[in-house]
Amino acid sequence: MKKIISLLLVLVMVVALGAFSASADAVKVGLITLHDENSTYDNNFITATQEACAKMGAELVIKTGVSEGEDCYEVACDLADDGCDIVFADSFGHEDYMIRAAKEYPEVQFLHATGYQAQIVNLDNFHDAFASIYEGRYLAGVAAGLKLQEMIDNGVLTDANYDENGNVKVGYVGAYTYAEVISGYTSWFLGVRSVVPNTSMKVTFTGSWYDETAEKEGANTLIADGAALLSQHADSMGAPTACETAGVPDVTYNVPTGDACPNTYVIYSRINWAPYVEYAIQCVTDGTAIDTDWVGTFATDSVQVGSIGAAAAAGTEEKLEEVKAQLLSGELHVFDCSTFTVNGETLTAENNEHVVDGYFAESASQSAPYFDLQIDGISLLNTVF
Amino acid sequence: MKNKEPLFHIVKRDDLPLTKVWAIRLIAIALALILCSVVTVLLTKLNPLDVFNAVIKGAFGSKRKTWVTMQNTSVLLLIALAVTPAFRMRFWNVGGEGQILMGCWAAAACMITLTDKVPEWLLIVLMIVASIVCGALWAAIPAYFKAKWNTNDTLFTLMMNYIATQLVACFAIIWENPKGSGTIGIINNASEFGWIQIGNKYLLPIIVALVMTIATYIYLNFTKHGYEIAVVGESERTARYIGIKVERVMIRTLLLSGGVCGLVGLILVAGINHTLTTTLAGGRGFTAVMVSWMSHFNPFTMILTSFLLVFLNRGASEIATTFSLNTSFSDILTGIIIFFIIGCEFFIRYRISFHGNAKKREG
Repeated sequence: MKKIISLLLVLVMVVALGAFSASADAVKVGLITLHDENSTYDNNFITATQEACAKMGAELVIKTGVSEGEDCYEVACDLADDGCDIVFADSFGHEDYMIRAAKEYPEVQFLHATGYQAQIVNLDNFHDAFASIYEGRYLAGVAAGLKLQEMIDNGVLTDANYDENGNVKVGYVGAYTYAEVISGYTSWFLGVRSVVPNTSMKVTFTGSWYDETAEKEGANTLIADGAALLSQHADSMGAPTACETAGVPDVTYNVPTGDACPNTYVIYSRINWAPYVEYAIQCVTDGTAIDTDWVGTFATDSVQVGSIGAAAAAGTEEKLEEVKAQLLSGELHVFDCSTFTVNGETLTAENNEHVVDGYFAESASQSAPYFDLQIDGISLLNTVF
Repeated sequence: MKNKEPLFHIVKRDDLPLTKVWAIRLIAIALALILCSVVTVLLTKLNPLDVFNAVIKGAFGSKRKTWVTMQNTSVLLLIALAVTPAFRMRFWNVGGEGQILMGCWAAAACMITLTDKVPEWLLIVLMIVASIVCGALWAAIPAYFKAKWNTNDTLFTLMMNYIATQLVACFAIIWENPKGSGTIGIINNASEFGWIQIGNKYLLPIIVALVMTIATYIYLNFTKHGYEIAVVGESERTARYIGIKVERVMIRTLLLSGGVCGLVGLILVAGINHTLTTTLAGGRGFTAVMVSWMSHFNPFTMILTSFLLVFLNRGASEIATTFSLNTSFSDILTGIIIFFIIGCEFFIRYRISFHGNAKKREG
């Protein structure tokens, strides 16, 4: 009798162990975000990672509100201790701390968005990623240009909307004078100008990635200055709500704001992080190496432009399809040097190392944006940040 | 019903025996936990036992978590110890946050500007001196104004926090790396030049906190300075009458208070984070005020109190992760518990006597 019981017990244990190891096979992903889902930036990461993990059958642990300090290192190590195979951090300032954690846990893959150090530190398990979002920004800019043209045609603009050179004024609320932001507003502006050639833009900076009050104030300053249309690269709802209050069309980033701003929301662009997370999970499952520095594109579905709002001009969707096809085929380049000047001069391969075949090759040598030039037609209201 | 006396009276208690005091506190914590359970079940439909389990796991789930809990407790304890002498004197120093940040700033400034220019031992000495001096100055400015012109200590120290935060924000941009990012990153990441560590990287604040606890206890209870502080706190007039130079005591005590905050800043930058951001103090300058108060300015009780707050805080963030709840939910739970803990002090100091009860006593 005793033997049978012990046999049964052993059987139960074996089955239990089997079941346990089966569930342990699932890849476990840990996501570290700077703020929580109330920030449009972090929300973009949270939803994408959830989506990717659901699709790939991976387990997900999310740590929100992790500051850009030792906290990030401790949380990353905690996640590794908890059995995560992949730890993904979303904020630029997390990078140094992620690298330290990566050195300590060589068997865990550490992914970092927006960083630039993966190519430098050369660790097998630390990876950077970004997307060619400047292409998405450009498309969003084209949609903004169409809207602007519609406003011109309908005679909505007043004298206040034109600068002394007869250019239509548009505005942009940015976070810092950082390459990611500069690349973003320049490509957006080039998109606008491809439709309405006589456009000038003013950019104001908030000195924070998330500061609802400062973003709102920045937007209001631009609107008071006569901006006919706005866009932003800062993560709160500050600028979109300011635009809705003032009735100024707005192109958003990361999340569509059509629900909160039905009258002024035009279009949004975002980096879709789901393909990257899926790719990383697949690599871990297959035991293959993850790219040191991964660039997402239209082709990987990492760059998304869409949710065209009610305020958008008629025919926006068709026009965007057309321009996107040109970008995909290589017929059109966002930073085509013939479309802009820097201090009155055209960029050439001689005066800029990134210029290839007459265009500035963004996202080619590094995933994180590096276009940080000040092109003519854009003026910065404050550059302290 | 012609007798319009209120239903109950609030009566000041005589000093309760310590056992009773702790009994009341334990009851309060138990009640808080029960309310937390009810709120958890109502709002999230989760099993409260699982939730409490997660709290413990959050603080002690692994060796690393245990160390971090101890480290955080030590930092909070140190700040509480720093503000206590001023509080004893009834000088409401709510500027711990700013004093810490100035200490952080000074340490980072030394690391960034002097690396490779001086030997490491000299750099560390300079960092220690600079942090303590900066923290002390940041506290001494409001103390001087209060001593000279009787300005409001609470408002003044509070305002100094904002100045410190903006200064740090400004320097985060001056020293930013890479340009435009608004972050400094880890200072001397490769060389670890000027990093202060004792053996295990969590140990430094723990040791400093233990030494400071004993030192503060002795300073407050067994020295002439401590006595002067107590007298000034009881009554400035008495202090003047018996010949204590109140202004001097005020400035001296705040120099000390700010100096210890500066030391915490040094530990945060050179010992723990190795970077400079406006969020390094993370509100702990204010939490420490609560720790000091709840412990009735007793350094040893502060060990327990700071541990309790850190434990709850870490547990709360674990709840948020484990059950995919927003961190706001853990803030709700922490809020409930702190509300009960502070609220129970009322029952320690006062007795509620109901109408009937009071009559009996009179009779």
